[in-house]
Amino acid sequence: METFLGLDYPTWWFLVVGGLFSGYAILDGFDFGAGAWHLFLKKEQSRRIALNAVGPVWDGNEVWLVIGGGALFAGFPLMYATLFSSLYIPFMLFLLFIIFRAISIEFRGKEPMLWWRRLWDVCYSISSIMLAFLLGVVLGNVLQGIPIDENYQYKGGVLFEFLNPYALMTGFTTLSLFMAHGAIFLLLKTEGRLFAKLTRLLKRGMIFFMVSFAVTTLYTLIYIPHLSDDFKSNPSLFIIPLLTFLSIANVPRLAEKRKYKWAFLFSSLTIAFLLVLVAVELYPVLLRSTIDPKFHIDIYNAASSTKSLQIMLTIVAIGTPLVLFYTIFVYKTFWGKVELDETSY
Amino acid sequence: METEILARIQFAFTVAFHYIYPPLSIGLGLLLVIFESIYIRTKKEIYHKLARFWTKIFALTFGIGVVTGIVMEFEFGTNWAVYSRYVGDVFGSALAAEGIFAFALESGFLGILLFGWNRVKPWVHLVSTIGVFLGSMFSAIWIVVANSWQQTPAGFHIVGEGMEARAEITDFWAMVFNPSSVDRLTHVWLGAFLAGAFLVMSVHAYYLVKGKYIEISRRAFKIALIVATIFSLGQLFTGHQSADGVAKNQPAKLAALEGHYEESAPADMYIMGWVDQENQEVSGIKIPGGLSFLLDYNVETPVTGLNAFPEDERPAQVNAVFQFYHIMVAIGMTLIFLTLFASFLLWRGKFFQKKWLLWIFVFAVFLPQIANQVGWFAAEMGRQPWVVYGLLRTDEAFSQAVSDNQILFSLILFFLIYALLFTLFINLLHKKIKHGPYEEAESDETPFGGTLTHMIN
Repeated sequence: METFLGLDYPTWWFLVVGGLFSGYAILDGFDFGAGAWHLFLKKEQSRRIALNAVGPVWDGNEVWLVIGGGALFAGFPLMYATLFSSLYIPFMLFLLFIIFRAISIEFRGKEPMLWWRRLWDVCYSISSIMLAFLLGVVLGNVLQGIPIDENYQYKGGVLFEFLNPYALMTGFTTLSLFMAHGAIFLLLKTEGRLFAKLTRLLKRGMIFFMVSFAVTTLYTLIYIPHLSDDFKSNPSLFIIPLLTFLSIANVPRLAEKRKYKWAFLFSSLTIAFLLVLVAVELYPVLLRSTIDPKFHIDIYNAASSTKSLQIMLTIVAIGTPLVLFYTIFVYKTFWGKVELDETSY
Repeated sequence: METEILARIQFAFTVAFHYIYPPLSIGLGLLLVIFESIYIRTKKEIYHKLARFWTKIFALTFGIGVVTGIVMEFEFGTNWAVYSRYVGDVFGSALAAEGIFAFALESGFLGILLFGWNRVKPWVHLVSTIGVFLGSMFSAIWIVVANSWQQTPAGFHIVGEGMEARAEITDFWAMVFNPSSVDRLTHVWLGAFLAGAFLVMSVHAYYLVKGKYIEISRRAFKIALIVATIFSLGQLFTGHQSADGVAKNQPAKLAALEGHYEESAPADMYIMGWVDQENQEVSGIKIPGGLSFLLDYNVETPVTGLNAFPEDERPAQVNAVFQFYHIMVAIGMTLIFLTLFASFLLWRGKFFQKKWLLWIFVFAVFLPQIANQVGWFAAEMGRQPWVVYGLLRTDEAFSQAVSDNQILFSLILFFLIYALLFTLFINLLHKKIKHGPYEEAESDETPFGGTLTHMIN
């Protein structure tokens, strides 16, 4: 197999997809997380500020989903086809909530009536919670494996098989992680009493995360041994969980010191490290078959041709600096506390 | 019902709904760039107001375009797994390019376009507007390239057999510039410009009829009319190019467009008509030999008919394809007539007095929208029974793992939520139009413009 800088092309594309998913989780993570807290904020003004904190960026953040999904489709079409058709219901629910969330953001501020705004507040918050949760559920199913046969066709139940105990745990862990992450983001964007309230909410969010994370980790180690095989056979990889734990521990420490910018950096890093952990546990497998290991989908049997991967890597190499340049430019423009004006939601 | 039919209905429904919005975003994007450029050059506040007013409506169409677009991407994987596996290698590069070059560009700058009016210098804002507009144009490139590849595949070879078979890319540029992509892309772009320009004309014609915001509306209408006239005429050219391409590359589709069954029969062009599929006859108003003439400038040239193809390798819904295509053409001609007539009157200084004509423009907003929709229906139904022309059949391309009940469930779900989405869209559009281009304290230059209506409201 052809290689580039010592790595084969499917591995390069695996890294690209991983990078895009991490970027997506960090970005939409904070805005789903911020949305999850929405109903905890009681005053109209607080809710408006919280909504406008994500106002200029949520659309752009969702683009990372489109790009990440496109990258998976492009590089590993078999994985895309099997994963999406197997987890039909969770993906359809995800679409439902992503539309509901967009509607809520757009329409909440368009009428002054209290019932109108309350209605969209509830929609906005519930869809943010469900989106974070469903992402975790999909991740749990991928980690655990699903029943796929020799044609890489799904052979499991059609309705609620995706809601198994492990998927629920990863769902809650993802939700809690995004909530902590989102609370820190809101702290960067707010002042005064809302700020003070959010510091209390952040504490709760972190406790929620610690508990969910501990339970999920324990369950993984005991019941899903295949996920830690790589670490047992290659002890040097232990550096990754170690860094993850340090990064997690750093978040409350920095929050206590009121260094929220740094805390945000480390909650972002935590998300990235957790996904690196997932990637290392899976690689080179993408989707495990619970029927027979022979039917695993991995980066080699799912990959597009080398030619196709080369073209796409060239495009990514040209495009990424551009994307980074204007993403930073946009975030700089809206940096700092929220100021409501006539263009706000 | 069959899984295949349900999957097709779901895709057709969600994509048709989606396609209301991106053309509006592209078309309004162009007008925003024009309004804002004039503002920067002339420093006239009125163009600033115009740009800000239309930015609000743009935000609405863009937001709905993004979320309904995510649905389309996901549906490839959920409902069309076999198709995804088959085309992934080829589409990969087009999709990667779209994501990186187009989508990131538009969404990145969107924040500044919508919320940055008070935060950045005017020229930085204009650059952002141009960024968003170019992003949406690039998006169209890659999507149309991918779709055109399904119509006229090029730059690939087939690897594997049976369930394992898939297309692999061999030549990126041959894939990008496949035989139909340039013709179809320009046709789509122009259709989008028309959708945007006619929306602008509709809203401002409405203000003029109602005697509101006269000064600003006249200026906006003029600009949009110029855009609409140029591109209505342009559409004649791109449409002809597309038809030529279809004749060359997809003869079965061309035959279906005109309901042409036998090669030996004269190839007529119908103004309107009805295809009797049973007896393979078309009745209606026709130009004898018109189709031959259109393709070869000779009324005698034979044109391949539908019967040259086996029954299961040509479109089954000939009459539907025929009707969709003819509605599109008829609307195209109407738009040309309408814009030329209006331009002429405007040039003679007689346009704005004609209230009935303004009313026509208020409702003409639906015409390019309908033309865009039926044009795509003709293109996609005319490609049947293939999802990738000549290579992959639609009835083999859907997800084997998904049951008809699942699709029915999601179809109902989409139907409900899109009905809600559409109601809200219309409602908000109405509110924004009613609010008008001015804030409470401001007024139009004309004495009884903005202020009066604000007092009444």
